[in-house]
Amino acid sequence: MTQLLQQIINGLSLGSIYALIALGYTMVYGILKLINFAHGEVFMVGAYTGFYAAGALGVAGFEARNQSFPLYLAILVLIIAMAAAAVLGMSIEFLAYRPVRSAPRLTPLITAIGVSLFLQNAGMLLFSPNPQRYPAILSEVRFEVFGVIVTNIKLTIFAVALCLMLGLHLFVQKTWTGRAMRALSFNIDAAKLMGIDTNRVIRATFAVGSALAAAGGILFGLDQITINPLMGMLTGLKAFVAAVLGGIGSIPGAVIGGLLIGLAEQLTAGYLSPEYRDAITFVILILILLLKPEGLLGVLRVEKV
Amino acid sequence: MRTGARLAIAAGVLLAIYGLMLGVEAGFTEYVQRIILLAGINVILAVGLNLINGTTGQFSIGHAGFMAVGAYGAAFVGVKLSGPVHGALGPGAFADAVVFNLALLAGAVLAGISGLIVGMPSLRLRGDYLAVVTLGFGEIIRILFNNATFLGSATGYFGDDPSGLPAYTNFFWVFAWVTLIVALIHNLTFSQTGRSLTAIREDEIAAEAMATPTTRLKVTAFAISAATAGIAGGLFAHMQAGVRPEDFRFEKSIDMIVMIIVGGLGSISGAILGGVFVAVSLELMRDLQQYRLVLYALLLILIMIVRPEGLLGARELHHLLRRKKAGRPAAPTERA
Repeated sequence: MTQLLQQIINGLSLGSIYALIALGYTMVYGILKLINFAHGEVFMVGAYTGFYAAGALGVAGFEARNQSFPLYLAILVLIIAMAAAAVLGMSIEFLAYRPVRSAPRLTPLITAIGVSLFLQNAGMLLFSPNPQRYPAILSEVRFEVFGVIVTNIKLTIFAVALCLMLGLHLFVQKTWTGRAMRALSFNIDAAKLMGIDTNRVIRATFAVGSALAAAGGILFGLDQITINPLMGMLTGLKAFVAAVLGGIGSIPGAVIGGLLIGLAEQLTAGYLSPEYRDAITFVILILILLLKPEGLLGVLRVEKV
Repeated sequence: MRTGARLAIAAGVLLAIYGLMLGVEAGFTEYVQRIILLAGINVILAVGLNLINGTTGQFSIGHAGFMAVGAYGAAFVGVKLSGPVHGALGPGAFADAVVFNLALLAGAVLAGISGLIVGMPSLRLRGDYLAVVTLGFGEIIRILFNNATFLGSATGYFGDDPSGLPAYTNFFWVFAWVTLIVALIHNLTFSQTGRSLTAIREDEIAAEAMATPTTRLKVTAFAISAATAGIAGGLFAHMQAGVRPEDFRFEKSIDMIVMIIVGGLGSISGAILGGVFVAVSLELMRDLQQYRLVLYALLLILIMIVRPEGLLGARELHHLLRRKKAGRPAAPTERA
């Protein structure tokens, strides 16, 4: 029982990271019908930006003096990484995706694969291919509740993810840009006829999604201790499966899907074998495509000419 | 054409390949011969991948996974068959050839079956799910091989013999298989079924409205494509002493995608050119190893923006050369 609770707590914190990344996939897919393969790499770049920002803000000094990194600096690291990722996301959209936006379906897909590959390998050249230990921008405090070990890091991950998701919900529901995003995902041509500057809204979508992925990257670094330039591939894949599981295009779906994937992964690692923790996501993807391709919260769209 | 004439042509082609092999083995260094063999294997990979990615328009980005299944399958079956077959036929080139080709076929069948397993759930749907599922498959299959103790786990499978797998792969077998597979895929592409596959790429809803069994055709094309990758894997396995999971990383799938995109998606001759291009460019860029994938990535993005149809587009080289003949077949440019 204690072990189960422990796995559930670990699973939920990992899952909330997947959920943050899944939001970016689902938002872009909802509007452009494009699987943004580069999204996992934006997550990776976000993690590295946080790594270097923390370094520049002198995290090593605090660690050496055995002091904890001040909270306001940790928040600053988060904001820097999110801003950098937002700029990266908008640049990817502008330089690579916009020129091929009206091309046949396969062209943007291949472009996305190319961008993902480019960022992975540019990352290996810039950041070195070796895994890096993530700086302790949050010093760990462990406490036991009914025999279950909870760390402040897991709680922070959960809390930060929750705040960002609430923020996104308010943004999408209450602001003009959010409403325009929903209009675009409903019908892009009609939205254009209503005088919406689609380029601007698409740019905003990439910025918001990328910023969320960067936050996920920093939380991932805190949670998993090491980061490497290829970490975006498998994590991105899992987040995408989360988006499909929840129903691609659906924002609450991405959150539920992310949490479920995180839980499934931790439970597999805990009760079956850690080697299969990556394979379980794939099994889930196959099952969902076979049984309920529209996802848990998705709507089945009939294709029309 | 009557069966006799066909057999005569086949025999002539095989004889020509055999003659070429003698020439190549006499005229080139081991190093160059190895590149030539790799180019041949690449051509099989490219032509096979082009059937699903180019002709049918369903994008697989994890074909290295099927190549791995074929490589491990062929290596394992080859090792297990070697004893009984050599016992029955005695040692010698003929028995070797029997073992080798049976092993290759076994690898192809296994790869084809995994293609069915991957393709059936993902190809029922429209859209880009195949890309994600194959990406996942390529990664997961490597994790499985990494953990399969009877296949040597992470060190790789080297057979029961301490000297490793027998080096069955030579110029003759590689190019005999290249010829066979190119001929098969060519005939398939320009058959009625091939037209249906092109129709699926051009407009799936319209194809369905014309009573084309889209799901069945997509899955079949995908399984054939996976099986050809399996053959290439088997040839690759018997070129070196063993198969390692590391040989089939994501980069390998990207190499294959570069092959078919440089030459032109949907063009068989384009895929052949692309296969040779990648084999040669891998050697030329040996010193630039760490920049190779960055360059490939930029190449992919640039081609997509500037000339998405690749060098040849969906056209064939021999059709371009015979331009004067009216009614060039199958040169539709893809539309949304």
